Amino acid sequence: MILLNPAPSQLRATGLAGARSLDFVILAIDTSAGTSVALVENGRILAEHSVIDTMRHAEVVGALILECLTSADILATDVTAVVAGMGPGPFTGLRVGIAAAEAFSVGANITLLPMVSHDGIATAHYAGGARGPITVVTDARRRELYWSTYSGLNAHELPQRISGPNLAKQAEVPAEVLGLTPFILEATEVSAGALAITAERMATAGEPFGTFRALYLRSPDVTLSKGPKRVVQ
Amino acid sequence: MSRATHILNREAPLVLGIETSCDETGIGIVRGRKLLANVISSSMDEHARYGGVVPEVAARAHVEAITPAIRQAVAEAGIRLSDLDAVAVTCGPGLAGALMVGVAAAKALAISLDKPLFAVNHLVGHVGADVLGEEGPLEYPTIALLVSGGHTSLLLVRDLVSDVELLGETIDDAAGEAFDKVARVLGMPYPGGPHIDRLAATGSPTAIRFPRGLSQPKDMAAHRYDFSFSGLKTSVARWVEIRRDAGEEIPLGDVAASFREAVADVLLTKAIAACSDFNVPRLLLGGGVVANARIRELAGQKCADAGVTLRVPPLALCTDNGAMIAALAAELIMAGAQPSGMDFGADSTLPVTTIQIL
Ligand SMILES: [Zn+2]
Repeated sequence: MILLNPAPSQLRATGLAGARSLDFVILAIDTSAGTSVALVENGRILAEHSVIDTMRHAEVVGALILECLTSADILATDVTAVVAGMGPGPFTGLRVGIAAAEAFSVGANITLLPMVSHDGIATAHYAGGARGPITVVTDARRRELYWSTYSGLNAHELPQRISGPNLAKQAEVPAEVLGLTPFILEATEVSAGALAITAERMATAGEPFGTFRALYLRSPDVTLSKGPKRVVQ
Repeated sequence: MSRATHILNREAPLVLGIETSCDETGIGIVRGRKLLANVISSSMDEHARYGGVVPEVAARAHVEAITPAIRQAVAEAGIRLSDLDAVAVTCGPGLAGALMVGVAAAKALAISLDKPLFAVNHLVGHVGADVLGEEGPLEYPTIALLVSGGHTSLLLVRDLVSDVELLGETIDDAAGEAFDKVARVLGMPYPGGPHIDRLAATGSPTAIRFPRGLSQPKDMAAHRYDFSFSGLKTSVARWVEIRRDAGEEIPLGDVAASFREAVADVLLTKAIAACSDFNVPRLLLGGGVVANARIRELAGQKCADAGVTLRVPPLALCTDNGAMIAALAAELIMAGAQPSGMDFGADSTLPVTTIQIL
């Protein structure tokens, strides 16, 4: 599924709620690190609940969605778009958020917006007032790292990713990247709220969304079978 | 937002079931005991080049297949998702990473629709599939023999929704795995079952006496209802290698037929023994290996000889599917069960005694 450039007006039209004047309510789910769920409306985080534990995504994702809806006092039917953090991230956990986001969008019959999880980390970083290039680095396990480089913010306050997301062995992130970027951000969590705000800015600016495809960046560990092993030695 | 916990329809609930415990993404929809849709998307072709199910490949395929399968099932059933009374999902046993995809999707779907969610046991689901067949309600108690590439289990079912006991299971390979491994020895591709079946039709089941695992008196004391197929596989491989090394031609038909006979014999001998020991005159078959012609045939013979009534659900309900998960949840709802909470996870070793995780 490819979702290119959904105009905000289209997004609004898909699920406008009744009594409250809700414009554009995004539910964002990211399990590329821990599990983070947020509700964002018009650039404001209404609720964000996260669990840092990287081994319990499937257990906690439902309760976190419910907590967000409850604390923001929003009905599931009020949500107008779902943002899915597509990674990069260790695959077992990453899939949990992607499957949840897609299923929610099907149940609610609303648009699904796939996002690069690192973009949320960059947005959160720049939200603190920082400017200039950064490299976002996250743990890929097995002594490897996921990394993306950003040159800064554009006119729409969107982080400009100039490379990545990539996968590299620790200490093998290319030297020229490290030389160019004064900041390396070793992020241990991805804020679903920051990811939703990034998506909202992209929709407003008319920037294209990526493909709905998990960013595993690593092939499954399998070897092709070489025929049966002998049992008689 | 408070969660839907009460169920409006306990007479004939409309339930969507999600099954992702192995390599089939199954979405089924039932209304009470009536099957409305049974969509299965298999990643089997992707596993063929590896000679068996690769968990990571299966889990990736589930993510790609799950919502298209939901849409297709809804269309086939001619319903809207908002019509559902409940969502059901397999929470175990199975491959952990694969199960998690279904669990996450089911939770989010249930919340988006504000519908109750039922987390149910895959193996008990295989038994539950039977209620969707033509033969009317399941009679109790019944012995259930569940045989697939992932499991080989013998159950005593006193009540589908409240009392299921594990009598025995494989202590090494599942029966379906043995078919795959022997197929490889004979130079046949994965999955092995259909190829062994075809070859076996050209040979004699009594040509070679392959061992029946855990059937010796000493084994029967400790493992009366357990199965073992790894010794059988090794025995077949040895038999073939010795003759290949000697430059002899391998009677593939005889090897396949004799191997298949050993599997069918041990499965059904133990199942009939359980019927007799527990004085239960009913046997239910489930799991993909039921597709095997000889296993069905021998089940018919042995059951007739023992005065046991045999039930075999239609094949599309025997292999892993979402309809059986929906059917089990519908039975639970009709029996008054409460929905599951939101905190359950995937339990790859969920015991059959846990029919539903609350
Ligand atoms: Zn199964």
